[in-house]
Amino acid sequence: MTLLSLKKIDIRATLIYWMFAAIFLLFALLLHDDGFLQSNNLLNIFRQTATITVMAVGMTFVISAAEIDLSIGGVAGLASVVGALMLRDHGLIQGILGGLAIGFVVGSLNGLLVAHVGIPSFLVTLGMQGVAIGFAALVTNYYPIPILNDTFNAIFGSGTIGWFPGLLLWSFTAVLIGWIMLTKTTFGRRVLATGGNRDAAEFNGINTKNVKFKVMLISSVVASIAGLLYAGRLQTGRYEWGAGDELSAIAAVILGGTSLFGGSGRIIGTFFGALLVGLINNGLILAGLPVSQQQIVRGLIIILAVALAKKK
Amino acid sequence: MSSNFNVVEMIDISKSFFGVKVLDRVSFEVTSGEIHALAGENGAGKSTLMKILQGVYTLDSGEIQIAGAAASIHSFQDARNYGIGMVFQEFSLVPELSVAQNIFLDREHKNKLRFFDEKETIRKSKLVMEELGLNIDVTAKVSTLGRAFQQLTEIAKAIAGDAKILILDEPTASLAKEEVDALFKVLKQLTARGVSIVYISHRMDEIYRICDRITILRDGKKIAVSLLSEISPQEIIAHITGRKDVEMLSHEGKSIERSTTPIFEAIGIQVGNRVNNVSFKLYPGEILGLAGLMGSGRTELVRAIFGLDKKDGGSVKIDGKDVVIKNPREAIAQGFAFIPEDRRRQGLVMEHSVKQNILAANLSSLSHLNFLSFSKINNLVQDSITNFEVRPPEANREVRLLSGGNQQKVVIAKWMATNPKIVLMDEPTVGVDIGTKVEIMKLVRAIATEGKSVILISSELPELLGVCDRILVIRKGQIAEELDRKDVRDEDHLQMIVQGIKI
Repeated sequence: MTLLSLKKIDIRATLIYWMFAAIFLLFALLLHDDGFLQSNNLLNIFRQTATITVMAVGMTFVISAAEIDLSIGGVAGLASVVGALMLRDHGLIQGILGGLAIGFVVGSLNGLLVAHVGIPSFLVTLGMQGVAIGFAALVTNYYPIPILNDTFNAIFGSGTIGWFPGLLLWSFTAVLIGWIMLTKTTFGRRVLATGGNRDAAEFNGINTKNVKFKVMLISSVVASIAGLLYAGRLQTGRYEWGAGDELSAIAAVILGGTSLFGGSGRIIGTFFGALLVGLINNGLILAGLPVSQQQIVRGLIIILAVALAKKK
Repeated sequence: MSSNFNVVEMIDISKSFFGVKVLDRVSFEVTSGEIHALAGENGAGKSTLMKILQGVYTLDSGEIQIAGAAASIHSFQDARNYGIGMVFQEFSLVPELSVAQNIFLDREHKNKLRFFDEKETIRKSKLVMEELGLNIDVTAKVSTLGRAFQQLTEIAKAIAGDAKILILDEPTASLAKEEVDALFKVLKQLTARGVSIVYISHRMDEIYRICDRITILRDGKKIAVSLLSEISPQEIIAHITGRKDVEMLSHEGKSIERSTTPIFEAIGIQVGNRVNNVSFKLYPGEILGLAGLMGSGRTELVRAIFGLDKKDGGSVKIDGKDVVIKNPREAIAQGFAFIPEDRRRQGLVMEHSVKQNILAANLSSLSHLNFLSFSKINNLVQDSITNFEVRPPEANREVRLLSGGNQQKVVIAKWMATNPKIVLMDEPTVGVDIGTKVEIMKLVRAIATEGKSVILISSELPELLGVCDRILVIRKGQIAEELDRKDVRDEDHLQMIVQGIKI
């Protein structure tokens, strides 16, 4: 009896790794002739996944605190646009700071409305998503803003350290910082306690409003970094960058073993969850599926992830 | 009375949970038009017996007869079909629907087109209210009504569903005096129509005022049944309490040095109309008990002290100095710890491990520059598990997998690790087995021996008598009596005082 239940917990905790391995093997066999295993393709997966990984790390904190952030796609788009505009008109540093400022402003608003006004986060961020995308479209009149600054494009996009892609470094850094914060700091414990049982956390003297504010802020700031990564990789700022990424990020987090109901978070799992999402995207493209079919498969994976993450 | 027949007859009912007998051949009967009190301490078996009648639990052995015929009740639906209605303590009304819609919830009147017939619903609801002699606007939303009217709506709902037997569990716990009067008037009206009522209450004055007979349970056995006109409050209390564990009661209270500065002083605390101008002092090493009935304002008082609820007036002093406590963080910083009433909802994160739960209350002492110190954490958690004898002694076990008693030990352990000066405890032994109960009581004594002060709320009087040095009796939000432990003879004596019965 005990053995059985232990086994169950174990499988759930390591599910993401088994799934990752299984799908990797599957693609390696089926898509071998399409060049799936070529090192260039594998690096591409990492590169394309960087934005999702970074956002998913922020999302892990939000979901661990039993909230959700649907605005990250819009924030990334707006940050890419504002970053590109400031870069064009004022310079490199202003461009980067401008992009990050979007994250701070939207994150503070989200945090204020969720933690202090008490509006459910999915409503606040759903609304904010529209505001951010609309704003990005408005200031650019739907046009892409090209980025001609090579330094910016190198830092946030195509740059490498030796053979090591810069985008991969961004992913690793985000995962490492996220992992330390969640598992090694008091803040991480506060997030998990708040998400696990807000009443009990309050009794423990944890300022749960403050915790909720901070996770919403972190998520937005991290999404604005992802926006800059889009801008650097694609050498343009565009309101559409990041569209739909909130679903990929949520899927990555839940696939990674973080409880959708709050109280438990796994950053390393999130990392592999994001890679799995990237892997699937890559595989579907190599297999020659049209965008419509890719969307169907991705949607089904999210539902499957939640079903598997559901307890008991 | 002689023409009255038994509406409900429960014969030799036995029920065990996990091998523990909670009801042992209990018989209980209610005649038509009678208000029958069901009394006993927490855990005596009252609610289990009533849950069997409602179909929540199935009896192990025994028989239920409704109106003279054998009845088999296996679900709530069954109970309803037999005319058994329950007025829930936590109301089963939908707040956003109107009174009328609630009364006919699930039995809506439909017109020819199969749509809800609002007019008919309102008309029928008005009839029910008229019958009950109640003046409630049936089109009003339930959420806009006061608690008493919500409760009356609940009763109207049961009556409209043709209930012949109503079960009321502590119905007056959160009602004001006029509201109680209104409720009792309705109950009398119902009995005149032949409805029978089972009335569960700890309040002796109400039982005498409204009930015809009383059945007393103790430790899962029926101890007595009597007409209230033939039994004295003293006899009832003696039946309810029985002979208690002598060892537990032998405590006489320490002599506390009360000429020094009190460690804590409350001056004129006011919380809405629930806590009214409460002042008291607490001395180092003292265990102060708060006795009182459910809804008397004890929990509200300690919640306000701990900064969970806003105080509407009054001030507090610690070590003779004025302090302001607006939230639990400030209370903890002043050296408070709070072991709450509901450990599942307020005390613990059930899905987290023993270690994580202990850690969550001690983040600042177990970290350096906000980074957790895992060697300190492991030492503390190991010490806690050993000192508080948490079973099984596994730091990484999720607390939801522990027994109630061991969960409570984790709550106490995590707070003791904060090294508090003043420990607030609200019903620390609820839902805990008897062995652990004794352990927890010993822990409370040990805490005070270390020089810490304790404020203990308990509805179990033997517990208060077993550990307290002084007892404050709270009634209607005010301190009604202050008693030195040595001035209380026994449990019956304290029970009389709590009930406000003059001796």
